[in-house]
Amino acid sequence: MSVTWDSQILMLLTGIVGLLAVASLIGTILARRIGSDDGRAVVANLNARTKSWWVMTAVFVAALATGGVGSVVLFALLSFVALRELITLTPTRRADHRTLFWAFFVFVPVQYLLVYDAWYGLFAIFIPVYAFLFVPVRTALAGDTSDFLARTAKIQWGLMIAVYCVSHAPALLMLQIPGYEGQSAKLLLFLVVVVQLSDVLQYVFGKTVGRRRIVPALSPNKTWEGTIGGIASASLVGALLWWSTPFSPGAALLIALVINLAGFAGGLCMSAIKRDLGVKDFGTLIEGHGGVLDRIDSLCFAAPIFFHITRYFYT
Amino acid sequence: MSKEAIAAGLLAGVTRLITGVRGHWQDPSAGQDGAQRVYFANHSSHLDTLVIWSSLPKALRARTRPVAAADYWDRPGLRRWLALRVLNALPVERAGGCGSRDALHHLIAALDAGDSLILFPEGTRGDGQAIGELRSGLYHVARERPQVELVPVFLENLSRILPKGEVLPVPLIGRAHFGLSIRLAPDEDRKAFLTRARLALTALGDRK
Repeated sequence: MSVTWDSQILMLLTGIVGLLAVASLIGTILARRIGSDDGRAVVANLNARTKSWWVMTAVFVAALATGGVGSVVLFALLSFVALRELITLTPTRRADHRTLFWAFFVFVPVQYLLVYDAWYGLFAIFIPVYAFLFVPVRTALAGDTSDFLARTAKIQWGLMIAVYCVSHAPALLMLQIPGYEGQSAKLLLFLVVVVQLSDVLQYVFGKTVGRRRIVPALSPNKTWEGTIGGIASASLVGALLWWSTPFSPGAALLIALVINLAGFAGGLCMSAIKRDLGVKDFGTLIEGHGGVLDRIDSLCFAAPIFFHITRYFYT
Repeated sequence: MSKEAIAAGLLAGVTRLITGVRGHWQDPSAGQDGAQRVYFANHSSHLDTLVIWSSLPKALRARTRPVAAADYWDRPGLRRWLALRVLNALPVERAGGCGSRDALHHLIAALDAGDSLILFPEGTRGDGQAIGELRSGLYHVARERPQVELVPVFLENLSRILPKGEVLPVPLIGRAHFGLSIRLAPDEDRKAFLTRARLALTALGDRK
């Protein structure tokens, strides 16, 4: 797996840095002008988020700069931390200990080794088949049968969401697209930029014009106005970035729309889990955002779909 | 920097990495000043001592001595070096419990020397579900040195990270909740005090 840098990547990165600079500027102006206490809290959170975006961007770009290895390691660590956040909040029993050890220290590294090795055949089935079957067996051997189905299902679910789904993002680097060899880093960048931008724009539209809630019992922040505005505008940006991908402008629009819808679905499902567990955030690692899983919830759903659309239609 | 200081820094770093632990202080200012304290905590994992110790600010760490069972820690080799030289632990004989005269004598001597202590008054590791009855050592310390603040520390998830009987840890996120300090009331007897101390721990566990 090798990744080359070209002028297009530099243009994309310049765009991201410019966007963040504008966000920081707006945040600074807002912080000076807003007077009410509620408004102040919102702006403080907004600025904390922007600051974290700078850090996340720096980490992501540094990983991309090292080529394939760095990206695989970065996403492996994200998976590890996301799984950690999810399992910490999920009640487990003493008998799950060894199964969990396998999940963290065998399945996570092996899945990402398969990504690095570009062994698609095993990458695609390792967790859905082998880990899926191993988890209940290992737990059964521990002998505690209370809540057996629920306990094994939670570990399987954690592995699927936090490890399997997320690993499809760096797996984009293994795709051999005719006429686009060695350029897949831009696909990874496209996926991350479009999906995360969609999150940001849904937040911005929601805060400014959001009125009608989609699922009031689940998330007070997800409104029709915010969601449609965010997804539509982020998809438009995706279309405008077509030149950095193997897609035509129309296809880029359509694909961006699909991954943004998937991302919305991801945010919705992860919110449902948080509601069920009685927590607001999965963690505290990223200031203003919550945990890693709070930040990548939409990516979890979007990455495998983006990977397979690209693989099916373009390789 | 001495070998011990490097090992101490490393140990605190590795502990925080594995357990993701952060100290949560109910009274945030209490984590900052250098007041002498006895931290007493629920016990369910071999990591407990390390977790409390490494979630203390570095300046407090150097002056805080974990009270450790001599039969386990005071054995030749790495274990003794880590316990006695790196953690500066205070080994006590477990047979008679902390209430035994000799052990108590050591604890008081350490307090008089100006050190803080980490105590596990249950005496042994539990299953992480319920907090056991507290042994009387804590009461005797409170009676002998009533001016020392007794800080309850509730350790969350440590029994899931490294339960009793396991060698390999699962890297979940642990927490050390430092509660408000308690003191022995003038007319309080042993039983009432220990019940109150235990309640302080369970209450921390419930409010997290």
